Amino acid sequence: MSVGTEEYQPVFVGGMLEELSGILTRYPTKQAALLPALWLVQRARGWISDRNMAEVAEVLGLTPAYVKGVVTFYTMYHQHPVGRHFVQVCTTSPCNICGAEAVAKAFLDATGAKELGATSPDGKWTVIEVECLGACGFATPVLVNDDCIESVTPEQVPELVRKYK
Amino acid sequence: MGYPHKPHPKETLVLSRHFGEADARTYKGWVKRGGYEMLAQALTMEPARVVDIVKESGLRGRGGAGFPTGLKWSFMPKEKKKPHYLCVNADESEPGTFKDREIMRWTPHALLEGAAIAAHAIQAEVVYIYIRGEFTEPWTVMERALAEASAAGVFGAIKIHLHRGAGAYICGEETALMNSIEGKRGNPRIKPPFPAAAGVFGMPTTINNVETLAAVPPILKKGAPWYKGLSLASPKSTGTKLFSVCGHVQRPGNYEVTMGFPLKDLLYDLCGGMRPGRTLKACIPGGSSVPILNREETESCLLDYEGVVEKGSMLGSGGVIVFDDSTDMVYQIMRLARFYAHESCAQCTQCREGTAWTTKILERILAGQGKTADLDLLLDLAENMTGKTICVLSDSCAAPVVSGIKKFKKEFEEYIAGRRKPVMVA
Repeated sequence: MSVGTEEYQPVFVGGMLEELSGILTRYPTKQAALLPALWLVQRARGWISDRNMAEVAEVLGLTPAYVKGVVTFYTMYHQHPVGRHFVQVCTTSPCNICGAEAVAKAFLDATGAKELGATSPDGKWTVIEVECLGACGFATPVLVNDDCIESVTPEQVPELVRKYK
Repeated sequence: MGYPHKPHPKETLVLSRHFGEADARTYKGWVKRGGYEMLAQALTMEPARVVDIVKESGLRGRGGAGFPTGLKWSFMPKEKKKPHYLCVNADESEPGTFKDREIMRWTPHALLEGAAIAAHAIQAEVVYIYIRGEFTEPWTVMERALAEASAAGVFGAIKIHLHRGAGAYICGEETALMNSIEGKRGNPRIKPPFPAAAGVFGMPTTINNVETLAAVPPILKKGAPWYKGLSLASPKSTGTKLFSVCGHVQRPGNYEVTMGFPLKDLLYDLCGGMRPGRTLKACIPGGSSVPILNREETESCLLDYEGVVEKGSMLGSGGVIVFDDSTDMVYQIMRLARFYAHESCAQCTQCREGTAWTTKILERILAGQGKTADLDLLLDLAENMTGKTICVLSDSCAAPVVSGIKKFKKEFEEYIAGRRKPVMVA
């Protein structure tokens, strides 16, 4: 975690603070801006550290424990650093019967991440299996960062991975 | 239409007419197609009159429960003493369902127009559209459409905001969705109070699904009798419905048909049937939360709220998952149980423990270590998971297990008796 001797660089200064202020006007409570605020942190820092959570808590008038309770509820917030390219392969039943597990395995092989949830030695790739991406007619859908790629087959994976290098 | 495929002559295109047309995503393109005319008209009408038209049309919620939309709107206080809210449920996460994704990707203005009309009908000044976090492309399209339409001033005093989820199936449950908007964990709330009395931020709230709202402008345009007339079987099910078909069919995709359309025709005509040399084994007609149908039930099923119930399942969200004869039903039922175990919010013991134990027992069976008593144990667990929790997530886990054991018992027994090779490691 980021609790160390180095000084903490706050996320919500300058343009980021302005963006958050704009978001706050959409809701009657400050607390309601929590999910959007956490998205902003993740966009800026790649993941959400305990220190980030404490900052969000302070900005929104919440406690760090409360913020952590929310962060841990939602699977898309990273509580640890992940690879530069974050790959989510849907392996729920509709995709599963169309060969999704082989797609996930192909990503592990092609990226060198080797294990689900682990990051490749070069720090570029983290691959996970996820439950239903809501694109079941396009089996297998894969999210690489914010790009949704439809109808991925194991054969296409090496070329896809090359594209993101 | 059967996006990404060309329209089929047996389809009735109301919601999906402009799928695939990039120009329809823009404000100008939408106006050219007659968009926002009905909103302008609705804003001049008495809210109660809009509610009446939707009531007369017979429109029912397309998110899964099938509750009459106009009736739901009429539960909102007539005399406004507090702020009213409309929440749009775009958290589409039910395995097998991908229709709202397509509506937002291709016709974002249809949703925005429907939402603004609904907001007027229930006298809400603020609308939150809750979009699941994984829907990155629909989010971008919606964001652009909202900015364009807002700049054009079509929404009058109504403010529409997008709110991004962060990975939690349960937030598609309406009270969990409201908690998530409030910046809380997505735990469902005990009802009552119902949302129309105390919803998001404690204020009167209506929650509607994307597809439901997208149907509202055409209803106003062509009239309630027209919509009511779109019904092939039960008069209680009206209009068109988008069916997301996935799994083992030749042409998976979204197909829009009139209520009461035969499931058999959907699978064999519109979707091109099974892959060569394969036959239909089972089908989940309404998203993963509803009981599994066997081949005979599937081929005689009519797609409306009443028709699917008659076959022992539910229309749900219209997510049709097709399994051919190559499917290991035990493994797929385990995958569904694992989904629910992963997605349980863990508030209720029956759900938190029940979904986890159901998954573990199914994994044990698949690892060749099942016991004869395991099937009764699974059914007993399912009994304890049905109708006993705050929301229906645990009921949804029980549905495929109970129907799966009933209809495909032999496959479970083969694993337990050691006649099938284990596919998992204990």
